[in-house]
Amino acid sequence: MARITLSNLAHSYMSNPSSEKDYALRKINHEWDDGAAYALLGPSGCGKSTLLNIISGILTPSEGRILFDEDDVTFAETADRNIAQVFQFPVVYDTMTVRQNLEFPLRNRGADANYIKQRVASIARSIQVEDILDKKAQGLTADAKQKISLGRGMVREDVNAILFDEPLTVIDPHMKWELRTQLKALHKELKHTMIFVTHDQTEALTFADKVVVMNEGSVVQIGTPEELFDKPAHTFVGYFIGSPGMNVFDVEVLGNVADLQGTKLELNSVYKNLSGKVELGVRPEFITLCEEGEGIKIDIVRIEDVAHHKIVRAVYNDKDVNIIVPEDTKITPAMNHMVFDMDRVNVYVNSWLVEGEKIS
Amino acid sequence: MSLELENISMSVDGQVHIHNTNLTLKKGTMNVLLGRTSSGKTTLMRIMAGLDVPTSGRILWEGKDVTGMKVQDRKIAMVYQQFINYPSMSVYDNIAVPLRIMKMDENEIDAKVRKTAALMRLTNMLDRKPLELSGGQQQRCALARSLVKGSGLVLLDEPLANLDYKLREELRAEIPKLFEESGAIFVYATTEPEEALLLGGNVATIWEGKITQFDETAKVYHHPNNAITSRVFSNPAMNFLNVEKIGNFIHYGKNEKITARDAFENLDDGYYQLGFRPNHLELKRHSDQAIEFSVHLSVTEITGSETFLHMSYDNNTWIGLVHGVHDLEYDMDLSVYLDPRHIFVFEEDGDIVEAASYTKER
Repeated sequence: MARITLSNLAHSYMSNPSSEKDYALRKINHEWDDGAAYALLGPSGCGKSTLLNIISGILTPSEGRILFDEDDVTFAETADRNIAQVFQFPVVYDTMTVRQNLEFPLRNRGADANYIKQRVASIARSIQVEDILDKKAQGLTADAKQKISLGRGMVREDVNAILFDEPLTVIDPHMKWELRTQLKALHKELKHTMIFVTHDQTEALTFADKVVVMNEGSVVQIGTPEELFDKPAHTFVGYFIGSPGMNVFDVEVLGNVADLQGTKLELNSVYKNLSGKVELGVRPEFITLCEEGEGIKIDIVRIEDVAHHKIVRAVYNDKDVNIIVPEDTKITPAMNHMVFDMDRVNVYVNSWLVEGEKIS
Repeated sequence: MSLELENISMSVDGQVHIHNTNLTLKKGTMNVLLGRTSSGKTTLMRIMAGLDVPTSGRILWEGKDVTGMKVQDRKIAMVYQQFINYPSMSVYDNIAVPLRIMKMDENEIDAKVRKTAALMRLTNMLDRKPLELSGGQQQRCALARSLVKGSGLVLLDEPLANLDYKLREELRAEIPKLFEESGAIFVYATTEPEEALLLGGNVATIWEGKITQFDETAKVYHHPNNAITSRVFSNPAMNFLNVEKIGNFIHYGKNEKITARDAFENLDDGYYQLGFRPNHLELKRHSDQAIEFSVHLSVTEITGSETFLHMSYDNNTWIGLVHGVHDLEYDMDLSVYLDPRHIFVFEEDGDIVEAASYTKER
């Protein structure tokens, strides 16, 4: 296992990048703690695969350095970095049995036969393939093959890190749960440094101790799932995490009063001298519907019953608003006002979170 | 306008892919085929399109037998998981292709292309090539081409599967609006229960080549007619528990029992399967009736606002979904609670006996 350090790292696929826009990965400094599980989360084209490929050695960064513990590996080949990788599509040897596939990385390194036997047995138990160990990989379903790819990625205990590039994308939803839980249990047990690239927020949040959210080549926030949910550092994080994402309203803020296009709201903090584009962010989970008498008048457009809650699609001053209500809530036509949970309201200036002074 | 499948079945090399199926889809409806990979969704769609001829049965389009009629001779559009566009043509020309094949007048083509492009929010991208667009825009271009000729039947085979999560979320919200305006019959295959719920309309749950239920989406979700339907239409998985009713008691687990009240009171003695959804297992006793289970917790997953609990109870693996962040130790024993009004009661063979009482009023 190793700590991975990114020092002034940046990458452009162009030979003479002139502006920030030319960079697929903008300057990043970050330390990946030894033994932690990270997720790299962002939309396609955000730079997450570029970053992963630099860590794995598939790509040499155009600027900066990358260190495994104290060793500079910026120019080292993938094979010399001692890492395991799992890709989006299963990589298994069809002519080999499941057991041989799992043994492969260990045999390659000349591991002791007894150790191989014991290690493969333990991994097979974890990923629940004990019953098919002596079957040829050929003819197995895609799900089963991907399970074996995951197992092979985890089989070596001496790797510096395990990198996962969207490994669950092609897997059916019910199977995703199983594989993810197994990965998570294996991480608790083995304490590998793991980096998991995905565009799926549920995957990222449930897998990782810390999630690195990326957008347009930059890291916008690194935090625990709870931090990303409660205090999105950027409106993009608010939008990208949560289904639906955070509602963002244009406001004017003076002290502890927010003027929401004519409706005044009392904030729990005092904000001084805000300049730039000021916005108020509130998640659909923290808005409640009520009848006239309190709150802000809205027009309800549609109510979607999505399993364990309902999503209310509404409009306030030409702006779409999403509200989540519990499944048992009866929504009457008179409930056309919304109330914010003021403890859960965030203020943004030029899209970045600003903290005010709490009113005690 | 309607599409009817009449006693359709499909076998390949002696293997049954689709069991005897009857299904009527009406004009202007969204119909979701929900099932796991290889359950028969694509096979069924290919039969509807006329790409494959069924082993037996008939396909009726507006009452007319079209079984075996070539797909080219019918007004059908199909969109696949892999978005297919002509890379050398502009978005405009891509959308115009089906109309040019129909030899439509260029003025009319222009009007139709622009209208469809506006619907798919592609107006500003008409001059670009598909590869200059994002994945979501490329798929919208393919969708626009499928809609532009006014097909009576639009078949969408997991059209969002290759898109980013957030884009999927946006298109899921948009697609129902699009179909409302087109008046066509939409058939939409997906493996994801949330997608079915967001799309609304009707849903057909498919399991091993059989449609297990077909009805309004919300109805199928809240009133599954059997255990398999409830399993297909649940993500995370539905939890199950085998019980036996003897006299006034329900027996389960290792010699545990509760008094048979409410829905259970009138059941005949015998074996049953209870089904309940993850979000109905709770960490606190929230009603006097709640049943307590001592479970073993294996893994917890935190999403930021909710926590998934993976647990085992007497040879069953269950998932719980609770509000808030609960950073619990792994490998520990704990109690979870279930309100009986959230329980679906199934026969041993899987047929529904009692819908959960909280869903009855829906």
